[in-house]
Amino acid sequence: MTSSSPKPNSYRTLPDTDGHFGNYGGRFVAETLMPLILELEQAYKDAKNDPEFQKELDYYLKYYVGRPSPLYFAERMTEELGGAKIYFKRDELNHTGAHKINNCIGQILLAMRMGKTRIIAETGAGQHGVATATVCARFGLPCTVYMGAKDIERQSPNVFRMKLLGAEVKAVESGSRSLKDAMNEALRDWVTNVDDTFYIIGTAAGPHPYPELVRDFQSVIGNEAKEQIMEAEGRLPDLLVAAIGGGSNAIGLFHPFLDDKDVEITGVEAAGHGVHTGKHAASLTAGAPGVLHGNRTYLLMDDDGQITEADSISAGLDYPGIGPEHSWLKDIGRVDYVAITDKEALEAFKLCSECEGIIPALEPSHALAHVMKIAPKMSKDKIIIVNLCGRGDKDIFTVAEALGVKL
Amino acid sequence: MSDAIIGGKDRIEKRFAKLKEEGRAGLVTFITAGDPDPEASFEILKALPEAGADIIELGMPFTDPMADGPAIQEASNRALAAGMHMRKTLSLVRGFRDQDHETPIILMGYYNPIYIYGVAEFLEDARNAGVDGLIVVDLPPEEDAELCVPTVEKGLSFIRLTTPTSDDKRLPKLVQNTSGFVYYVSVAGVTGAGSASNEQIIEAMERLHRHTDLPIAVGFGIKTAAQAADVAKQADAAVVGSAIVSKIAESLDENGKATDKTASMVTGLVRELADGVRNARK
Repeated sequence: MTSSSPKPNSYRTLPDTDGHFGNYGGRFVAETLMPLILELEQAYKDAKNDPEFQKELDYYLKYYVGRPSPLYFAERMTEELGGAKIYFKRDELNHTGAHKINNCIGQILLAMRMGKTRIIAETGAGQHGVATATVCARFGLPCTVYMGAKDIERQSPNVFRMKLLGAEVKAVESGSRSLKDAMNEALRDWVTNVDDTFYIIGTAAGPHPYPELVRDFQSVIGNEAKEQIMEAEGRLPDLLVAAIGGGSNAIGLFHPFLDDKDVEITGVEAAGHGVHTGKHAASLTAGAPGVLHGNRTYLLMDDDGQITEADSISAGLDYPGIGPEHSWLKDIGRVDYVAITDKEALEAFKLCSECEGIIPALEPSHALAHVMKIAPKMSKDKIIIVNLCGRGDKDIFTVAEALGVKL
Repeated sequence: MSDAIIGGKDRIEKRFAKLKEEGRAGLVTFITAGDPDPEASFEILKALPEAGADIIELGMPFTDPMADGPAIQEASNRALAAGMHMRKTLSLVRGFRDQDHETPIILMGYYNPIYIYGVAEFLEDARNAGVDGLIVVDLPPEEDAELCVPTVEKGLSFIRLTTPTSDDKRLPKLVQNTSGFVYYVSVAGVTGAGSASNEQIIEAMERLHRHTDLPIAVGFGIKTAAQAADVAKQADAAVVGSAIVSKIAESLDENGKATDKTASMVTGLVRELADGVRNARK
């Protein structure tokens, strides 16, 4: 599949007008929603070409989110690993503690442009739910967040945060009671409330135009990183590394670099208990193309096309699919995708906390774990940028439990 | 393979022609294949025509039925837990078709299980099993090349869902490539939720008739014989799903297994619904 496709002149021109990234993407939704996503597509096109929209977005990214986030030289981790220079793109310093808010600000401004008066969202770890609840509080719109009952149990601090911000958190008891079921339930809400409701999808997946617009809103990460590394090092990095659940922080970092052919790019999936155990969330590594939640993409499923449950210590990576652009980038070979186990991620979580004084979220801990493997094998004049897409406060209970510590 | 078995849009067209002759609307009943288990499901399926079902929609179980409410979600879960999968769904149809050559069967569900089966192989096997048409919730006309066009080429109907959000601008696109009948989803929402008013249905019928000559079946939220009768006054057929599937759930024992009441509770409701539909225009 990989070798036969001709290399495109640019990796940054997709999706096409029907929302396809090669064989992936598309608009696989119930007819009730079609007019809504066509309206959204048009509204987004108009907004993109409107300097006023961009100005407003820039304003809130700077003064509300706190961008640009620093590109930080992780000196002690670099020394510890003894190889390539490691930089952190510090999106964990954003307001609400993760990259999710970059997208939420963009989408809520779009929602208001479209005259929508009610916001819904799905959430896994709760970071996207918190970011959505935050922008809804800021702009005064009512907000309903769907969250799997299983995730509510393991991410209680974020549930409380959302409630403090005035959002209604609805526990989803159907299916596997996690992120994919939360997304089903959000779609069921949207199909019922077609007139006033805007669905803020949290990752670069779903029906067209979501994968494109989420990517565009998250590309601020890569655009900043490019400028910052030129300033710090006078050249582009040799390697980018980011964790992948649905893939929004990763595509945000990767996309501005896709045409820089000397920059290698690695996406890191969650291998859970190990890909061979079947208990993992590595849809690119161990899944196959299928259709779910509005797009064709790599999925975890059985041979009857039934979606199987993902498994990861990180609720934010615990999803049996992946954004369609990543599926395309895998097939054409522009990005390498690897998988990191729960255990390896926990080791990276500890190392980063202890030698950099930064407690990372479990999601970027997967990216850091890959850096721990690869950096020592690279020479000291090489440069790695890893996306530190979220902070770990929300995960301390999960980590304590995994390490056998009673709080 | 006998021609009497092979599926195709003709069987649907013949059925609507017959309904027209009889001067009445039809009753379309939905059950999920394999709910609550493959054997009990086959018993229910076989009993539907005699109880008054004019057309049968057979749900293809899926783990993530995004447009369905709790009743049909649970039906899907029961079927999957009982080991249902696509090949068994097709053999259920085949078993039914061996004894009933007239009642149209339409498979309804989501795209992924068909995509994984393989579109060409699926259409071949479905047609040979006696399937007459498909309703695939997550395939709008924008994705017609995936399954709709190959289905039509195979001689089966691809039945489109039209909704309250389908306006005069959208409808021409929706009635393209479709045959058999047009399904009007009378409320924006998931299956089994609230129902539309008579005025809303009349208005929608007028809108649809501006764009198609095909028969129109109306569904979503129809639970009682009286509601079915109301719809049957306006539309060419009334579709009932969640209410029937809920009867199955009601009939199960404490372990969720079928009981000797399961088939009779379903046929009891279908008889009432059919009475409502058949007497609506008298």
